[in-house]
Amino acid sequence: MAKTDPALIAHLYRRAGFGATYEEIQKLSEFEYDEIVEKLLEPEQVEQLNLDVARRYHLELNDTDSVIPQKGEWIYRMVNSQRHLEEKMTLFWHYVFATGAGKSMHYPASTTQIETFRDLCLTDMKTLLMALSKDPAMNFWLDNCENHKGEPNENWGRELLELFSMGVGMDNSFNYSEDDVKMAARAFTGWSFTQPLSVYPYGAYPSEFVYLEEDHDDSIKTFLGNEGNFNGEDILDMIIPREATARFICRHMYTFFVADEPQVPAWNIVPPQDPEAIKVLTDKYMETNGDIKEIMRTLLTSEFFKDAKFRKIKSPVELMVGTMKASRTLEFPEPTFVGLALTATAMGQNLMYPPTVEGWHTGREWIDAGTLNERINFAVGQFDSGQAPGLEDMINEVEGRGNLSSDGFVDVCLELLGYVELGDDTRETIYEDATSQGDYISGTETKNRLTTTLQQIVSSVDYQFG
Amino acid sequence: MTNTQKEPTLVVLELVGGNDFLNTLIPYTSGFYYDSRPHIAFKPEDVLPINDELGFNKNATTLQEFYKKGKMGIVQGVGYPDSSRSHFRSRDIWHTCEPDKVATEGWLGKVIRDLDPNKENVLTAISISRGLPRAVVAQDVPVTSIGDLDTYGLLTGIKHEDKRAQAMSIFEKMYSPYTGAGMVRDYLKQTGRDVQAGAEILKTVPGMYSSSIEYADSPISQNLRDVARIHLADLGVKVFYTQHGGYDTHANEYSGHEKLMIDVNRAVKDFFMDLEEHDAAENVIMMIWSEFGRRVVDNGSGTDHGAGGGAFLIGNRVNGGLYSEYPSIEPSKTDNGDLAFQYDFRGLYSSVIEQWFKLDSPSIVGGNFEQLSLIN
Repeated sequence: MAKTDPALIAHLYRRAGFGATYEEIQKLSEFEYDEIVEKLLEPEQVEQLNLDVARRYHLELNDTDSVIPQKGEWIYRMVNSQRHLEEKMTLFWHYVFATGAGKSMHYPASTTQIETFRDLCLTDMKTLLMALSKDPAMNFWLDNCENHKGEPNENWGRELLELFSMGVGMDNSFNYSEDDVKMAARAFTGWSFTQPLSVYPYGAYPSEFVYLEEDHDDSIKTFLGNEGNFNGEDILDMIIPREATARFICRHMYTFFVADEPQVPAWNIVPPQDPEAIKVLTDKYMETNGDIKEIMRTLLTSEFFKDAKFRKIKSPVELMVGTMKASRTLEFPEPTFVGLALTATAMGQNLMYPPTVEGWHTGREWIDAGTLNERINFAVGQFDSGQAPGLEDMINEVEGRGNLSSDGFVDVCLELLGYVELGDDTRETIYEDATSQGDYISGTETKNRLTTTLQQIVSSVDYQFG
Repeated sequence: MTNTQKEPTLVVLELVGGNDFLNTLIPYTSGFYYDSRPHIAFKPEDVLPINDELGFNKNATTLQEFYKKGKMGIVQGVGYPDSSRSHFRSRDIWHTCEPDKVATEGWLGKVIRDLDPNKENVLTAISISRGLPRAVVAQDVPVTSIGDLDTYGLLTGIKHEDKRAQAMSIFEKMYSPYTGAGMVRDYLKQTGRDVQAGAEILKTVPGMYSSSIEYADSPISQNLRDVARIHLADLGVKVFYTQHGGYDTHANEYSGHEKLMIDVNRAVKDFFMDLEEHDAAENVIMMIWSEFGRRVVDNGSGTDHGAGGGAFLIGNRVNGGLYSEYPSIEPSKTDNGDLAFQYDFRGLYSSVIEQWFKLDSPSIVGGNFEQLSLIN
């Protein structure tokens, strides 16, 4: 007897990870829900994904003059890492601290930044923002290396306040002034990175944070009403405990893990759809000084989370990775693995190249005629070859159920794809088509019939939700 | 192949990140200019003069050419009151014409709705880019978004012809309208129907195209080539939208902006030559804009976010010339160190909407704004 509803586990794994196979869900259902959450919150208890084989097969992963293979490796990790939440939160921080590789074209800096997010994803805001402030990829992306004593460059100072901590404000009131931006910029003068050696002939070398004291503006500054000889860390210490920061980061967590919110620029005008939920998360932030693991525990065990099934539009990588987890088409580092990043790009999510420092526009903005077309073609393609190992598992499961009514056959297919729920309209069409094929007699044309129904489900409107 | 379509067509090219207008059309005889920009000024011999005060950046060769031929209108100091220095907010404002609130409908979305109120053509508007810009989004307005025209198609992975036909028929049923599905589902279903209809038409386009123009390999050239290919196929597309990114030149502006100017000038030149070669340029205008200009004083290697900027309207039917006034760069006359806005972008939109598309503009741009006589 299952202790936890498998459909709820499927939901939890879609959000706190990238999905789970039918077998994995059945095994997990032997545990209490809270135990499952605890395991997700302790990724270091689980062995890291071994990338040796991938790196042996894909020598291009050693190249530093391109980042497309490394992005393919990232997607491979999303599919195969057993540290589900760690991998999902790495992506979360990439959304919030959106940094583009295209400006520096110094790819080791970008992959190192993602590695940093992976290492620190469940720590606390101070640790994260300190690491971010010292991160060479971010430093170059927002020009802090060009932020000099006497010649401030306010790019980093502005976005730190607007996008990485407090946000502009809410209810049309403002959390900081233009002067605060200028002061934050001045406080971060001298925060730079070591100039990497020339790319030629041996490829790009890593770059490291450096503090240039002689380039730091050590005059008195006024920031958020305080006066002092502030340095960058002082700025962080003033913004991190603010309720504005708590609310802003928690709203990010809500929109990423629970249900789609409007895009970030609307947040100072449009209130959250569930203010109570944001308050619960914000209180936890304030109580724990921004301890991410604690906030995530609160979030994942809350009723508002459990009630939020299929209330998000899957992002391109969520759709791709979730589908490949079910089809098991990327358990081995296939030759196609490098091209996966390009597929995500065609769906509107070029990893490590967010459109702007604001990150991707999410929710229904993932969907337009071009991206929907790509999503459907990709998902259908995972079940087309008939070679998918996941398909073999599914055939066994279906055949093990014995004879089924045509409706019953569709229901099993929905379970196999993660307890997908269909709207009445889609359900009618798929059931009707199944009825026209008659009842399912165990062992008869299973593969053909299964492929047809699975492809119908993954090309539906409903499959776009997760 | 001759294009017979004569319906007015608009190509919008957005320069994303805030193009530095001051280093695009340069007040090359102003001492203030050289004082303000010790690190990134263009010397007088490096500009392409259009009069005694202003000259184009030496890399803006196509812009200069169109200007000389009287086929480009330059709207100087374009912007809006209380300019937002945030990229996102400013782009939102330009996309939606809503300076005070975040709106979901874009101005071009409304134009498309008025151009094709009964949704007779799913291909009235096409965006060539990854993701749909808010400018073209409006409820119940189909817009097709194409990443790569050559591989565009639905359920193309199903190789078996009968199976694909069957899957297409199920798809059509699954995506048919359904009362009570909810807003987001309705949007998805509508999009699915548009994909299916549009894809069937668009798959014929690459095979119909031939041209002597060799476009560059840059993304903007390839995007404009897709615009040209579709325009020449005569499918009734009236609005094309595409973007060129990278204009947020806080650092290393001299070399970074140079590459952007070279790429965009080459792309625009090849695009219009392609249309001319096919006698299909007469009914096309292109509008080039950016969310703001950049700060007058450089920061040592680039420029920070500014206010007023510049927009360009190109085409055979455009009344060439300078419009509005070049914003003063005298320090006391700037907007907090930025080019002050001289002319509201909603007036530019109104001019295009009324003079080109012959539509009413106030309901689209949210009021009456002074128009410029940009189109003949």
